[in-house]
Amino acid sequence: MNRSTKILRYVLRRLMQGIPIIIAIIVLNFFLLNMAEGDAVDVLAGEAGSATPEYMAELRAKFGLDQPLPVQLMVYLKNVALLDLGYSFRHDMPVAQLILDRFWPTLLLMTCTILTAVGFGILLGLLAAINLNTWKDTAISIFALITYATPLFWVGLMMIVVFSINLGWFPTSGMENIAAFYEGWDRVWDIAHHLVLPTITLSLFYLALYTRMMRASMLEQYGQDYVVTAKAKGLTERRITFVHVLRNALLPVVTMAGVQVGALIGGSVIVESVFAWPGLGMLAFESLFARDLNLLLGIFMISSVLVVVVNLIVDVIYSFLDPRIEVA
Amino acid sequence: MSFWKRFARNRQAVLGMFILALVILMALFAGAFYPDDPFRLAGKPLAPPGTSGFLLGSDSLGRDVASGIAHGAKTSIMIGLVATVAAVFIGVIFGALSGYYGGKIDDALMRVTEMFQTIPSFVFAILLVAIMKPSIESIVIAITVVSWPGVARLVRGEFLALKNREFVQACHTLGMGDIQIMLREILPNCVSPIIVVGSLMVATAILIESGLAFLGLGDPNIMSWGFQIGAGRTMLRSAWWVCTFPGIAILVTVLAINLVGEGLNDALNPRLRERQ
Repeated sequence: MNRSTKILRYVLRRLMQGIPIIIAIIVLNFFLLNMAEGDAVDVLAGEAGSATPEYMAELRAKFGLDQPLPVQLMVYLKNVALLDLGYSFRHDMPVAQLILDRFWPTLLLMTCTILTAVGFGILLGLLAAINLNTWKDTAISIFALITYATPLFWVGLMMIVVFSINLGWFPTSGMENIAAFYEGWDRVWDIAHHLVLPTITLSLFYLALYTRMMRASMLEQYGQDYVVTAKAKGLTERRITFVHVLRNALLPVVTMAGVQVGALIGGSVIVESVFAWPGLGMLAFESLFARDLNLLLGIFMISSVLVVVVNLIVDVIYSFLDPRIEVA
Repeated sequence: MSFWKRFARNRQAVLGMFILALVILMALFAGAFYPDDPFRLAGKPLAPPGTSGFLLGSDSLGRDVASGIAHGAKTSIMIGLVATVAAVFIGVIFGALSGYYGGKIDDALMRVTEMFQTIPSFVFAILLVAIMKPSIESIVIAITVVSWPGVARLVRGEFLALKNREFVQACHTLGMGDIQIMLREILPNCVSPIIVVGSLMVATAILIESGLAFLGLGDPNIMSWGFQIGAGRTMLRSAWWVCTFPGIAILVTVLAINLVGEGLNDALNPRLRERQ
């Protein structure tokens, strides 16, 4: 069997492992929905009283709330499988549609954040490892230690105070200046301008994490036998670091980037609500205030599924990056 | 070398311990320095730091920011400790059963742990508090539910490594019961890593609590740092101090706990340190 079919089988097997987790998450969601006060329909109606009694009755029939719990669960699973997550009366839209609309800004923010955090984390970790036990290493370690302990929302607010209010360099909130009706590249530039502060804020915590990890990973690789061999055959320090050690040290950092996606979604709830970034996190924050529990459950479910999918993708990329990983 | 000597060799850890002691003292004596309810209107609203008798200024409703920070310390430390103890308790039970018995029990328990690790934990915590209604109990429960899987994995690993060691086999030969072996023989041997992970978990729990309170999911009757920042954010333009000082309190506390945690790690695993 050649390598590509092996990888294909590996992907399929990982996909199969992901499905029970997703089903378990949906079941968990169902029980959380049942834990809330009132029946599911009260929750679905957003506790607002804005739903008509006819619609409530229709919903109760649709969800089979007169049926025993297992039957209700099956109906719920079927609805979710058909991507029917209920209706948000606050927004006057189906939940699935609402989540899809708000998904792209979050994806943009998260992609920029991962690239920034991983990029600068690798760079700083590398710098610290090369200049081990000098002032540079100490400065980078102290920076990582402090950012690791800082609450994200506070960093965001302080960024607004310094860079938006006092210096006036960046806008305080939102994703674009809608009133300006920018088009084409002007619009891209405008969104990029709004993106800077939220990205930096959300990156900081992960930047600290990746810096510390990269440093540790570099130091671990320096102790390996192949480095001694490379030294023995007379390679320069520079060549050993950048050609041999760096490439091996990157692997655990890549894995970590996948593992951290779940935490990143949590962080984006905070950052988006600080900067009024119109993504899923902001939607979650709004649904808290509106007590739109069903919408919150929908966001929770979608973000859990997202984590499963991203982990799958990272595993597959990883198997390409490191041929030593046994895929069969 | 004794534990304390090894701990004291790490200057950062000693600094962390010192700061943490100050924060705990602040929490203990909050009532003595600021006997009044921190929610009480204490004077002129939005007074800058150092004016109108406010050390760190007042917020938009005339509440004393310094008093809020002192009383908030109690909330943070208490929630951090209680949630961590609960999470360690659950994690140890899951991890011990999983690692000791292995096989199907291990499979089933690890599946559950894996699922909890997959779920985005902060979003899950938000959801749990929103469903249970914000209160100190619901916050502790939510933080516990999202923090135990890490402990479970750690304890499972330790139990797996220890269960086939000779001293455990000797216990089997002596006819000791499983529960006795787990509690009295294996568990004491993995106390050090549990203490290290637990101390770092207190820091994470404080960060989660402040995040929840910032989003408006704090207990409405209890002052907390996250709540102060959340309440002050709309006044950011005119009154920077309302958000700034509670944030520094969180930062300093969490940093101190992390330093202590790392110091404990070095002191409890001396072999690891000497190898480096």
